[in-house]
Amino acid sequence: MNQEIRVTNYPEVLTDRASHYCPGCHHGIAHRLVAEAITELGLVDKTILIGSIGCSVFIYNYLSLDAIESPHGRAPAVATGVKRARPDKIVFSYQGDGDLASIGMAEIMHCANRGENITTIFVNNTVYGMTGGQMAPTTLVGQKTTTCPGGRCRENEGMPIRMTEIIASLGGVAFAERVAVNNIKNIKKAQKAVTKAFECQTKEIGFSFVEVLATCPTNWRMTPIQANKRIETEMIPYFPLGNFKDVLAKEEK
Amino acid sequence: MSTPKRIFVKGNEAICHGALTAGAKCFFGYPITPQNDIPEFMSAAMIEAGGQFVQAESEVAAANMLLGAAGCGIRALTSSSSPGISLKQEAISYMAGSEIPGVIVNVSRGGPGLGDIGPSQGDYFQATKGGGHGDYHLLVLAPGTVQEAYDLTIKAFDLAFKYRNPVMILADAIIGQMKEPLVPWIPQGLDPDEGQDWGLQGAKGRAPRLLKSLFLDDGALAGQNEKLAAKYRAMQVETDQELFLTEDADLIVVAFGSIGRIVKSTIRKLRAQGHKVGLVRPITLFPFPSAVLLDLARQGKRFLTIEHNMGQMVEDVRLAIRTVADSAFHGQLPGNLPTPDDFEQPILKALEG
Repeated sequence: MNQEIRVTNYPEVLTDRASHYCPGCHHGIAHRLVAEAITELGLVDKTILIGSIGCSVFIYNYLSLDAIESPHGRAPAVATGVKRARPDKIVFSYQGDGDLASIGMAEIMHCANRGENITTIFVNNTVYGMTGGQMAPTTLVGQKTTTCPGGRCRENEGMPIRMTEIIASLGGVAFAERVAVNNIKNIKKAQKAVTKAFECQTKEIGFSFVEVLATCPTNWRMTPIQANKRIETEMIPYFPLGNFKDVLAKEEK
Repeated sequence: MSTPKRIFVKGNEAICHGALTAGAKCFFGYPITPQNDIPEFMSAAMIEAGGQFVQAESEVAAANMLLGAAGCGIRALTSSSSPGISLKQEAISYMAGSEIPGVIVNVSRGGPGLGDIGPSQGDYFQATKGGGHGDYHLLVLAPGTVQEAYDLTIKAFDLAFKYRNPVMILADAIIGQMKEPLVPWIPQGLDPDEGQDWGLQGAKGRAPRLLKSLFLDDGALAGQNEKLAAKYRAMQVETDQELFLTEDADLIVVAFGSIGRIVKSTIRKLRAQGHKVGLVRPITLFPFPSAVLLDLARQGKRFLTIEHNMGQMVEDVRLAIRTVADSAFHGQLPGNLPTPDDFEQPILKALEG
């Protein structure tokens, strides 16, 4: 008989339950990065989670936090309401690319531009995952989806949107970074970025944003290993990793 | 305490005063005529009161900000006018489903579409039949005077928290833009712990709280919707209406909001001429005063419903009295300010029956 042995501990705020995510999906890693960041900064007791629509709608099952569900794309507006009502709390939204960069474009832009002291974790996997793999605003040119079966075409659908660069250009933003979680090295960098983003919120210096390049093996019609490789070979070349704004680092210099 | 002073204000301002005295801490708005006085007033007054004011990027965002703020168990509101209220329906449906007590003010104007910026009661269906997607109701309060705009705004917050349900104040361009004397009063006994037993605040030393409207498990949505339906039944005790000279009346006119008060003047004039006419002015549109109307119908009275639209509330009147009577209808067209004289002939015609 196989015996289950825990080989590593994880933050208490992560619930001990099997997730509904597909094998090879990166949501689990992104959830854990958030859990580690708020645990390390001692914020768990005062953190409020703003959920969104997509596969991660069930994030409240995995993070043991006060939470509220938002309509599709509206998480930054809901987060604004929560933060204005409870300015002493830590408020973050967790959104996918269809949610944030398409239907919720107005809400994320204005929330960031107002400089709300909110953190947004933006998980970009280039498809609408939960609805079955339709084209997203971040779908790469040539990438086949159920609504661009011939591959995304620049002439018809335009170019994929690079959100972190846009967000970084707004005045109210304190921190904007794009990370990946496809290997240990990138996960370590991602961990630092997510922690810094929440740190910005504790210092009340404006909006903080972390884009996580993520896999969706099921809708990419790939194995987890192939999907992980695609992050490196196709996504990072178009969505360059790195920090695009860090007001704290500037101050430290 | 000294006697409260009378002030002379617009209905839109009365709503602001009412919200502030009721302890509202957040206001989320967006410009649209004829409700602009509300965000303009609140942009200064809410800050002075130690609260938060946000001019949102859209009515969609403003209503979702309300979803978040009211989800924290604090008193918060948004206001708009008809086309903007359509945009808020998404968040209103989520508030109903997640049992979040937001207050929404509709200083309604003519429609459909962009309509006009004049008075209209064309949003009755939208306000009382849900408005957004799904199986739900709002509590709907319809002020007929500036004083009532103040009183009902205070009541809106009490009811919202009592039932953990969104409440709509359905005013119109007449009530919003008209100036009248108002005697402000201070509500007593506001519970400082209101909303703290369920609102979002960070799960320190307790199990996390979750506000949601997604129920996928087998039977879960059925259970939730049954719970909501029970709440709507319980709300029936909140039914409120003004009865004016109904006892000996042969004809009952049913009219709400601004039209109700204008019809009241017509009835005074007709009474002086010896016509036996009375008025039922529903103050709560949901719950609707069906029982009061049925009782009057059983006394053999006839009915005329007057609205500033092509016939919406009349359906609820007919539904209420259907076993014993019917209601005639007179629809005031949009685009003008009705006077008591406008309703004289329709009432006399109904009296002749």
